[in-house]
Amino acid sequence: MSDVPAALPASAPLPASATVVVVGAGVTGLSAAWWLARSGVDVVVIDKGIVGWEASGRNGGGASHYQSPLFAEEQRLWPQMDELLGYPTEYQRERIIIQRDAALLDHYRAVGRMCSAMGYRVDDLDSAQAQAMVPLTDATCLGGIHLRFGGHANPQRTVQAYAWALQDLGGRIVQHCAATGFATAGGRVTGVETARGTIACDAVVVAAGPQAAALLAPIGIDFPVTAARAEMIVTEPAPLMPIGGVDGNGLYGRQTLRGNLAFGGGPHEWIATTGDGPEARPASPLIRSLARRVAEMFPRAAHLNVIRSWAGIVENTPDGRPILDRVGNVTVATMSGVGFGLSPASGHAIRDLVVDGECSFADIAKLGLARFADLEPDWREQRGWAAQAADTGLAA
Amino acid sequence: MTVDVFDLTGKIAPPEARYDVVVVGAGSAGTAAAIEAAEGGRSVLLVDENPVPPGMMGTDVPLFYGGRMTAAAANPARMVEAIFAANPLLETAFDAGVEVLLGTCAWGLYRNGPAMRTLPGAMLGLADADRAWMVGYGELVLATGARDVVLGFPGWDRPGVMGAQALYALLTRYEALSTRRVLILGSDRLALETALLARAHFIEVAGIVEIGDTVRAPAELVAHVVAAGITIHTGTVIARAEGGIDGVERAVLLRDGIEIVVAVDTICLAIGTEPATELLDASGPADAAIRLVGDCAGSGSDRAAIAAWSRAIGAVAAPETIVCQCEEVSRADLLGVQPPRYLDRPIALAARSLATLGHDGPVDPDQIKRLTRAGMGACQGRRCRTQVACILSEASGLSVNPATYRAPVRPIPLKLLADWDEVAAMAAGWDVWFGIPTQWTPYAKIGTDDEAVGGNMHV
Ligand SMILES: Cc1cc2nc3c(=O)[nH]c(=O)nc-3n(C[C@H](O)[C@H](O)[C@H](O)COP(=O)(O)OP(=O)(O)OC[C@H]3O[C@@H](n4cnc5c(N)ncnc54)[C@H](O)[C@@H]3O)c2cc1C
Repeated sequence: MSDVPAALPASAPLPASATVVVVGAGVTGLSAAWWLARSGVDVVVIDKGIVGWEASGRNGGGASHYQSPLFAEEQRLWPQMDELLGYPTEYQRERIIIQRDAALLDHYRAVGRMCSAMGYRVDDLDSAQAQAMVPLTDATCLGGIHLRFGGHANPQRTVQAYAWALQDLGGRIVQHCAATGFATAGGRVTGVETARGTIACDAVVVAAGPQAAALLAPIGIDFPVTAARAEMIVTEPAPLMPIGGVDGNGLYGRQTLRGNLAFGGGPHEWIATTGDGPEARPASPLIRSLARRVAEMFPRAAHLNVIRSWAGIVENTPDGRPILDRVGNVTVATMSGVGFGLSPASGHAIRDLVVDGECSFADIAKLGLARFADLEPDWREQRGWAAQAADTGLAA
Repeated sequence: MTVDVFDLTGKIAPPEARYDVVVVGAGSAGTAAAIEAAEGGRSVLLVDENPVPPGMMGTDVPLFYGGRMTAAAANPARMVEAIFAANPLLETAFDAGVEVLLGTCAWGLYRNGPAMRTLPGAMLGLADADRAWMVGYGELVLATGARDVVLGFPGWDRPGVMGAQALYALLTRYEALSTRRVLILGSDRLALETALLARAHFIEVAGIVEIGDTVRAPAELVAHVVAAGITIHTGTVIARAEGGIDGVERAVLLRDGIEIVVAVDTICLAIGTEPATELLDASGPADAAIRLVGDCAGSGSDRAAIAAWSRAIGAVAAPETIVCQCEEVSRADLLGVQPPRYLDRPIALAARSLATLGHDGPVDPDQIKRLTRAGMGACQGRRCRTQVACILSEASGLSVNPATYRAPVRPIPLKLLADWDEVAAMAAGWDVWFGIPTQWTPYAKIGTDDEAVGGNMHV
């Protein structure tokens, strides 16, 4: 199994100290560390596995989250990221959403008008226009919308680009080294504890995805986040479409620059994770329902072979909105399921929280922990988000 | 308790059919297991992917055929006859009441476990030329055999470079091998038996190549080969395959710095085999309901010998030698952990390599796969995953596993894999993302009277 390192590292000694320790080398933690390093902060990132091994390296690569206060900054940054980082992310601009169901098309037209009103331009496409823009569909496509904003990038490549860019600025990354707890003194975190020792620090950023809840509870921070499994499939390459970011028919995803169609969507499964992370990331026969919807959306690609599927573990907060906040010298961050696209900006916001105590470019007050002050302990059960117990599963 | 309508629970249909025993692989071990189970009074399904659709064979699925099939391989009816002729036990299985499905591959194994609790039972995904479906089992017997260890040398992407298992299958199961003159790489039992088999089918064997100074196979087998007048080149490595539009025309060998040119239309890799366990690899460890029989239960060939071959080839192969045919990844690209050619390679990337990645901790084959794309292609990495692991191990000094398999472990067309008869709950509980309406509220509207949401607004 690939998750087990092939051999133990000839491990470099654990850094004794850093100004800031970031827990979690997903896109959120790595972008934050990169932004901190750009400001000259001495930063160490630690991860229980390798960079991007959870959701950050397994997602749809979509970047078009208009609802976020960080979106304008994200939009400003993405087109520059390859240059800023020095490594390719495969970023491509714009998106199209097509539909073959009249009610869904109407709904998305309305979403498009809302985005346009927010200043993010969306054009309607009739069936002929949609077919011209999306050559893999056919006349069953009733039309769509063309987002003149947003885009998509390659998840693992982007994660690695952040990691390398961080190292180029002198930041350090320690892989296969889980945070097990925090050393505290006088109500402040003074160090991050690991099985290999403690890293002393002035401040800490916790960007540990769904595992953040267990990590933060012992220091009195209630961080409501829970885990679910989401799945994707990928086909062999198809001829390149003018815009690769095509969604619709219940799916999100992208055509990679190589031509592969990578799509996800549909039901998820709420799962338990321990502090060590998910026990496995299996895909299910859901891939057949994904294949069906891809075949319906792209009838001209229906003959293409599906060559892989995978699953990733997604973090969700009770309202599905990010948490970006600072408690003492602990900055906590999760993007609640839409963290890849927003990562150039989320890192900037986290850097600002760590260094300046507030975000310099957007109002993020409504993303704080205060909104959960009255959250019931059984918020997962109330939403039907609790993981099934092993013995209730219908026998194998 | 509240139910999340967008949760997977209740949306995966139970398997279409259920058997006491499902056997995958109708070779001798699988057929025997099926017969035994049926004679014990159990309901048994025996599936085998052969005859494989000709298009699949062309992309080396599931074996490394190297394009050396005759036109006969494109005639499924003839192929079914050939398969029955090659395995008389299949008749016995029929008579014993085994349901036998040829031309049917198993592409996915699904079981409940720590991160998946909602399946209505363990199930196996099957597909033939017309449709895909799921079957349940009481016991699953995997008799999926072994596949060739493929190591790439310059020119290995030409038609005519193939594996010993593929050669064996084309000769004996399909009677559809186009080879006339073959050079065999390796000197283990596998290599020598392949040479004798080819001879027995009136294929000329131009030689056997061994990198070491001694032949590895047992003496009496060597004696047979020598008696048959087959040359064994020891201390020799393959430098390249050369040829034209129809593929390989000659092999160029290297011994003590001197090139030896051998005219052949086929170069057969008989360096080693590995168990074909991708169904399990993609699904997780075996459980009490799963049994492996035959070659897939073995441990495969001596890894040290394979590694030695890989090093010997690596010593003479130029950096631009292709490692991954599907994605055209060269040795240099792999060792440099460079992105595919359609991406820019900015200056900073030149300073990055497997070595620098190794400083961050042990290299992970799947990480390198995603960065270089080696093993990400249409053949699903079957052709290159072992050689990639060998090259990464050599370069890093660590023992790097091959990259993981993912379901479907056979390429299956979208329209065929598609579930066109989903349970109603699937469509009813389908959302693009999680179906959490508050997720999409534009920030400015949070906490205002306008917060009321308009359904899923994922873009
Ligand atoms: C299938 C799928 C599709 C998706 N599609 C999209 C999309 O199209 N667009 C989009 O924007 N988002 C998408 N997402 C969501 C997106 O991937 C996540 O929101 C994002 O990656 C979260 O990043 P993160 O860094 O916050 O968390 P993670 O990626 O979960 O990273 C957390 C890291 O913390 C580490 N960690 C945890 N505990 C510890 C510990 N104790 N010590 C040390 N390290 C620890 C983990 O190993 C992990 O590397 C998708 C997700 C999935 C699974």
